[in-house]
Formats: sequence, structure tokens, C-alpha cells
Amino acid sequence: MDKIDAIVVGGGLAGLSAAYRLADAGKQVILLERGDAPGSKNVTGGRIYVDPIRSYLPGVIDSAPFERHVVREMITVLDEGSALQFEYGNEKWKKEPFMSHTVLRAKFDSWLADRAGAKGAFIIPRKKVDELLYEDGRVAGIRSGSEEIGAHVVIAADGALSFLAQKAGLRQPHRPENLAVAVKEIYQLDEKTIEERFGLGPGEGVAGLFMGSVTRGLFGGGFLYTNRDTISVGLVVGIDSLIHGAGGFDAPGLMEGFTGRSEVQRWIRGGELREYSAHVISEAGIGAVPKLYTGGMLVAGDAAGFALNLGLTVRGMEFAIASGAMAADTAVLALDGNDLSESSLSRYEKRLRESFVLPDMETFRHSREILDRQRFFTVYPRFMCELFDELFTVGDKPKEGLYRTARRVAKKYVLNMETLKDLLAARKL
Amino acid sequence: MTMKVEEKLALNAMKNDSKSHILLDQGICSACKERMCIAVCPAHLYSLNEETGEMVVEYAGCLECGTCMIACVYGSITWDYPGGEFGVQYRYG
Repeated sequence: MDKIDAIVVGGGLAGLSAAYRLADAGKQVILLERGDAPGSKNVTGGRIYVDPIRSYLPGVIDSAPFERHVVREMITVLDEGSALQFEYGNEKWKKEPFMSHTVLRAKFDSWLADRAGAKGAFIIPRKKVDELLYEDGRVAGIRSGSEEIGAHVVIAADGALSFLAQKAGLRQPHRPENLAVAVKEIYQLDEKTIEERFGLGPGEGVAGLFMGSVTRGLFGGGFLYTNRDTISVGLVVGIDSLIHGAGGFDAPGLMEGFTGRSEVQRWIRGGELREYSAHVISEAGIGAVPKLYTGGMLVAGDAAGFALNLGLTVRGMEFAIASGAMAADTAVLALDGNDLSESSLSRYEKRLRESFVLPDMETFRHSREILDRQRFFTVYPRFMCELFDELFTVGDKPKEGLYRTARRVAKKYVLNMETLKDLLAARKL
Repeated sequence: MTMKVEEKLALNAMKNDSKSHILLDQGICSACKERMCIAVCPAHLYSLNEETGEMVVEYAGCLECGTCMIACVYGSITWDYPGGEFGVQYRYG
């Protein structure tokens, strides 16, 4: 079989970064994307942190079509009918270089595909990859419909569901406890309205996190990001949590309840709903990372389970870009040395270990099991809301001292063994 | 003010294939009591046909998240991406 140097499967951030780096190194590379264009099957929350990825796509990221740079973090803790909101902002986030940006993937990914194309990568849309081809026990290409394409190396960047990693025997079938489903809505509002409503300067944005009763006690939370002239708002819920959660809540119903809350309505009211999307996210940290390579094949991005939920920060896109670039660099060396064996490609994992990708995944190894403690989604949000409720309420009875009030509410919810256990568990975070 | 999920799905850019990319094993479904597919699907595509007692999936509105396949631990759902050229095309993402 005739072979090109490399095939990249999937036009998301990992695949596009890989294609960019391979083409930049002078290799023949074909990227196959099943959507109409790279980005058209992709969904993010989303916000991207640029410092970790700048060096992997030198000169590229700084001209990217981001939406807004984030200057303020907004956290809303919700109980039934009440909410506590706090914000953190920092003047330095308003000055370049910006730390993080909100982003919409249809626009961003197709832009990155153009950059990769300009370097010489062939980006072929509307092609779903069905099978891997093997030669001498090694991956040697792909089949798409009736078409077969041979390649010395295949980079599987086919997203969180990654059928290719499974077909190659690199990971087990997905389990509900390892993944969450994210549901997202896009509301259109004009730029000025967004800036006035959130108190932002031109180009500035907000990242919002919602926790507590929005998930009805299930593992998960809500998010909100301001884009240039749209707002992304959504909910993330653990799939096993949805299965086992009592109360019969369904995903669309939870989303409707969430966006119907006045604490969300105040931001999106008057906006026109433009899109309704859903996507799964790995929530298992390093515990669900598959084997990352085999002879003739590397796995990158969401396909490799590279995503981290730390409660306050949720990261995935940086891991995708960095791992895609490192997969490409490993492939370039292997192609130059004419050795695409498993042991040659194992250098990919070494690179990942020397970067931020695997160390971060390792450091936060226990984050899911800690965040999964149900009290984080039920008891603590309720405690916070009720405490403030008691402090702010003035009735017809004599008012108790502030300390006594706080102690009484704390006794009801948090001064107990369970809290101590949660605190002990949280030391691992 | 609130929109039904069907109305939300109608806003998406979709190109539907004539054949479904989601197949159900009715033998497994008929023995299933939980029917978690109904609750987990963000697009609310699963339902029980009361007359025939069979599970039905309206594949045409699929958001391609794969949640149903992961949630159905009994393995009734055979799920693949729609062929190239088909399925949802996100314009924002």
C-alpha cells in the first residue's frame, strides 16, 4: 500500500495542532474531519488559557479569533429560591498579555484549520473514519467508507468518544462514572448590551460558574461565558449521577430549570437562542487516560482523556493543543528515523511527562473523587445561602447576635463529622 | 418564555441521513426497567411507544454527544457517528 507520512483523524484542537506541526516540519499530512468544516462538530464551554499553549503554536495563538479576554470570575451559589454571588476581578487581567479568552469553536477551529492548510496540511472535511488499517501488526492507515488511505503514522484526535482508541485496543469501553454530559445554549445579544449588562469595557469578558441546586444534588454545575455578541450558558452533569440520581430529573429538564433561574435570566434576558448543543467531557482525570500509543498510532486531546475539572477551573483545550503538538513532534522524529514502532512512539508519553499535561493530570488525580462528594452540591451551597439569609433577614422578633446566628446555622449543616471527612478528603486536591 | 427542547433543536443546522446511526436491541430494551436513555439524552430523543411497547429513538435531532450509549450499561445501543456530510453542524460550538 502507498503511504503518506501522517493521517490525523479529527479537526478539533488536538488534530489541527498536530496537522499544523507536521506540515510545518515538512511532512505530508492529511487531516480527516467528519463535519462540514473543522469545528462544526465541536463544542466548548468555553474559555481557553493561552500561556500554557503559546509555545506549541508559536506566533499563531496571538492572532487567534478569540471572543473576549476574561477580566472577571463570577461565582453563584444557588439554593432553591435564593443565591449568593461573588466575584473576583483583577486589574492586571485587563492588560496584555491576557491570561484567558472566551472562544466559540466553529469559528476558532476553522481559523486554525486555515493556518494548518497554509503550512501545507491537507484538510479534508465530510470524511468519517470507520476503521484502522493494519500491516505487520501495526496501524498503517485508515478506511473511510470504501476508501483506504495508507500512512506511516495515524494520530487519533477523534474526540472524547474516541472510537479509534477503542478499536486499537488502547482503552476500554466508556463507563458512565468517567464522563459528564455538557448541555449548552447560545444566546445572541449585541456587543454593547453585553458590555453594559456585565459592566465590561470593549473586548472584556466574564467567566461564570454556578453551583448548588442547579444540578438538584447531582455531580456537576453550570457555566456562563460572554462572547463578542453572544452568551454561552450551560450545565455539566455526571452521567452516572444522572442515572442514579433520585428524583427523576432529565438532562433537558435540568437545563430548562437552570436557564429559567432569575440568577441566569438576568444575564441572558432579551437574548435570542441561536443554538442548542451537547457534548461529553472526561471527568475521571488521569484515571481514564488510555494507553497513549501503539505501533503506528498516537492518541491526543479529548480522545486521550486529557481534561481536568478542578471545580473552579475546567480545562481541556490547552491539553488538546499541547498534546496534539507533542504527538506531531514525536511522529516527525519517528518518521525521520524511519521507526514507527511502539517503542519509538513511546517517546510521546515521555514528552507529555516533561510538559504540563501529564504532571497536571497526575497532581489532580483525586479531583473527581473529591468533587464527587455529594455534600458539595447539596449541603454546602444550602449552608452558605441560609447563613446569608439569616444575616440579612429582619423580622418582627429581636435579632440574635451575628456570631450566634452563624454558629447556629453552621451547627445545622457543617459542624459535624461529615464536614471533617470532606475537609480531610479535600487535602488531596 | 421557555422553549420546548424540540423547538431548541429546530434552531440547529442539521442534515439528516435517511438511515439511523443509532440502533436499539429491542430484546434488551424490553427487559429494561430504568430506561435511563430517556432521562440522559439532552435532546430528549428517546421515548417508549405505549402501543407496541418498543423503545423509539428519533435519531434526526441527535446532537452526537454519545451520552445514551455510555449510559446504557446493558449494551442495547449501537451508536456510530452519522456519515460524513450528515448530522448536526454547529455554527457556534
